[in-house]
Amino acid sequence: MPPLLEISDLTIGYGWQLPPSVVAVRGVSLTVAGGEIVGIAGESGCGKTTLALAAGGLLDPPGRVLSGSVSYQGTDLASLSAEELRQLHLTEISMVFQASMNVLNPIMRIRDQFHDAMAAHGVHWSEEAREQAEETFDLVKIPRRFFDAYPHQLSGGMRQRAVIALAIVLRPKLLFLDEPTTALDVVVQRSILQSLDELRHELGFGIVFITHDLSLLVEIADRIAIMYAGAVVEEASARALYDKPCHPYTSALMNCFPPLGGPHQRLEGIPGQPPDLRNPPTGCSFAPRCPEMIAGTCETVDPPTVRRGADHRVVCHLYGERAADHG
Amino acid sequence: MVSTPGLPAETNEGSSPALEVRGLTKNYSVGRIGRKKVVRALSEVSLSVEKGEVLSLVGESGSGKTTFARAVAFLERPTEGEIFVGGRALPRRPSRHRLRDHRRQVQMIFQDPYSSLDPLHSVHYSVARPLRSFGLVPRHAEREAVVELLDQVDLVPAEDFLFRYPYELSGGQRQRVGIARALAAQPSLILADEPTSMLDVSIRLTMMNLLLDLQRSRSLSLVFITHDLGAAYYMSDRIAIMYAGRIQEIGPASEVMGEPKHPYTQLLRRAAPSPENERQQGTQFEARGDPPDLTELPPGCPFAPRCPFVKSRCRETLPELRQVGAAHRVRCVLYD
Amino acid sequence: MNWRALRHNRRAVAGALIFALFCLVALLAPVIVPYSPSDINFTPLLHPSASHLLGTTENGEDILSQLIWGARASLFVGLVSGVLISLVQLVLGVFAGYVGGGFDMMAVAVTNVFLVLPSIPLLIILAAYLQGGGLVMLIAVITITGWAWGAKVLRSQAVALRERPFVQAARVSGESRSHIVFAHVVPNMLGIMVSNFFGAALYAILAEAGLEFIGLGNINDITWGTMLYWAQQGSAILLGAWVWLLAPGFCVALLGTSLGLLNFAVDEIANPRLRRD
Repeated sequence: MPPLLEISDLTIGYGWQLPPSVVAVRGVSLTVAGGEIVGIAGESGCGKTTLALAAGGLLDPPGRVLSGSVSYQGTDLASLSAEELRQLHLTEISMVFQASMNVLNPIMRIRDQFHDAMAAHGVHWSEEAREQAEETFDLVKIPRRFFDAYPHQLSGGMRQRAVIALAIVLRPKLLFLDEPTTALDVVVQRSILQSLDELRHELGFGIVFITHDLSLLVEIADRIAIMYAGAVVEEASARALYDKPCHPYTSALMNCFPPLGGPHQRLEGIPGQPPDLRNPPTGCSFAPRCPEMIAGTCETVDPPTVRRGADHRVVCHLYGERAADHG
Repeated sequence: MVSTPGLPAETNEGSSPALEVRGLTKNYSVGRIGRKKVVRALSEVSLSVEKGEVLSLVGESGSGKTTFARAVAFLERPTEGEIFVGGRALPRRPSRHRLRDHRRQVQMIFQDPYSSLDPLHSVHYSVARPLRSFGLVPRHAEREAVVELLDQVDLVPAEDFLFRYPYELSGGQRQRVGIARALAAQPSLILADEPTSMLDVSIRLTMMNLLLDLQRSRSLSLVFITHDLGAAYYMSDRIAIMYAGRIQEIGPASEVMGEPKHPYTQLLRRAAPSPENERQQGTQFEARGDPPDLTELPPGCPFAPRCPFVKSRCRETLPELRQVGAAHRVRCVLYD
Repeated sequence: MNWRALRHNRRAVAGALIFALFCLVALLAPVIVPYSPSDINFTPLLHPSASHLLGTTENGEDILSQLIWGARASLFVGLVSGVLISLVQLVLGVFAGYVGGGFDMMAVAVTNVFLVLPSIPLLIILAAYLQGGGLVMLIAVITITGWAWGAKVLRSQAVALRERPFVQAARVSGESRSHIVFAHVVPNMLGIMVSNFFGAALYAILAEAGLEFIGLGNINDITWGTMLYWAQQGSAILLGAWVWLLAPGFCVALLGTSLGLLNFAVDEIANPRLRRD
């Protein structure tokens, strides 16, 4: 049984000519199984949104896949025609973007937007269709009376839930969420996350959850991949990542979230800035900012991918053969 | 430090607090003629900030925290209430001279680094303006003063940054320019309105540490506005929780976070992402209802519709802020 | 303002060249005009020939000389009206929008009144009332009827800019109101203000020609509009004097077009989203 989503060694670039001016994603591999929540964490410019777009079949020029593949249930997305891809959207694969509460057409009632979406996939608007749509409102905990309302009559949090409802109305099997709760208050955010968790237990879809908020992922994701400068630097189960982060970037990132209590301790962020992907550095891209950089190795040699236990891999010289040389 | 109504608060040293507000209220009128509504963005807020203290103002959107900053900075005229800076009262309609004086003492750092600097002016210009408008430095010494300020916010080498334009700077760098600009006026109080929420996670701590260092070295008072509880705890001596335009709880950071008394504070605490919460499958998070509609606030406690401990009294009268600790006050029927 | 983009934009270059040509002609008119434009001693209604490149009018004046001289009037009226209208818009649009309060309310009320009044009939009525006033009268009338729409646009823009954080930061930095308007608000809406200026100048040129054509200007002035008036009075069409009728009209259109081209270009430069990279 092939995994729900399999990304193999995917490399994506942006640019109108070849070679492209920026390589935004480099050699990323990731799998998602049905019913699983996989989190992708990283800061701006790490490539997580580009990755999501490509994996969802939504990457448009000047972005293009340079090598590698994305397979949905065993089918390579590149082998599908534009029409076949379009049919996959919403029925099999759905995406919810950041601040997508603004994605709703302000001059159409919500029920009409559902109508449009469903009709585009051959679902005739009948009593049953309407019931199916209204059911999604129950699933995301919006009172049904808002189904006939205009978007501006709902609060920001409710609009975001409505967009999620729209994304799941045709019961897709894979859901991409790109910063779905960043623009929302922490209480609303918590509510929505809880709803999502319940939904995936009920409906069994896989979720790819992209965010910069690592502390959030540790709570809700099953597995987490950390991205930096276009590549995955560490991937593990949420528990393993929290208990034993291997990559220096992961540990540094985890320390960037000040705790809600306890003794007042000074924490340090990560000095410096992510590299300019138009002129990618040699060797490990995190080397200039890494507190544990091995001089002579990290800036020149590409770091190896090392397995640290079942299901935990890290891309770092500290765990490769060279680490042994430096004790 | 308990403040007696009618008199500015007195500390042991006998000096006035850096900031004191009493009954600060701001209402906005919205809607067309015949269908006007009043948005009660801020209602009767009273608090004080001592010299050299960091107070965090925590709340979600619509809580009134940004309105508070704008009112204190006098970007908007308060509907009611009094503002005292360093013990001096700000008149309801200050003269241009008096207002300029106020601005020199009370500076602000804005949330969005991408729109808080004029895109058409250089870094030098933005940082030098306060020096010029407040007459702090003679013209020939301006450049040197700007270099000094850029140094202090770690934009080094400063000369390199002097004539850059905002589009050439990263978010973190722009925000540092904003801080330098605020410091240029040599204020006694800085209002920082969510200064890190639009920055990358790894830069936030660096920025917060910078603010703390500057605040300590200059004995500045800082009002740090945020919706991030972790940041509030990290930054501040005291935390004030706002909801529906009022202060619901205020006290030392360790008490407010360690043992939150107000049900809303408890809700915020539970809602905040925290890796320690991981795998607490048992705790069902019930957040009923939505944030309040500020044009139709119910009588009584604004949190009543969502409160798990609500009683009938809650819907009738608005509770007062009551003392529950040496410096800890809560506005809740449970503690009346 | 992106000067490099200005040079590369073909429409801007075309508009600028044509406009510059007219300016040159207007400035050098006393020198380059073949005959005195008011000289009526030539044989009337001559067809274009070597001595009269565009022929002569019914009154015996040289058309080319009149055409060259007419450029001065159009440019004078166009530019002066453009500047005056822009000034009014600066005060009742930009400044009012930024400052708000009572002044703004008054400005909005006045703007709305002028917007509601139909400009062409008002133009005609005013010109008729102040008849025979010549170019200065025309400038006044054009300014009175031409400022309102642009003021409304500029005001919205100023109101939007007022709420931008960097403008509020300028207030907190202690900057005076007028400094903020000229150093922060105006530069950030310069594109639309320049565009408004060109639009106003265009309106002025067309309005002037139109009013003079119907005889409401000073019919003894030598302008393109009065040329059209006399051509019409002298039944140029019936007499087959095409050049007399078409030449001034063509000049008005060409000058107007050059302003329109410049306007397009300013739009593209000021609004990056319209740029065709």
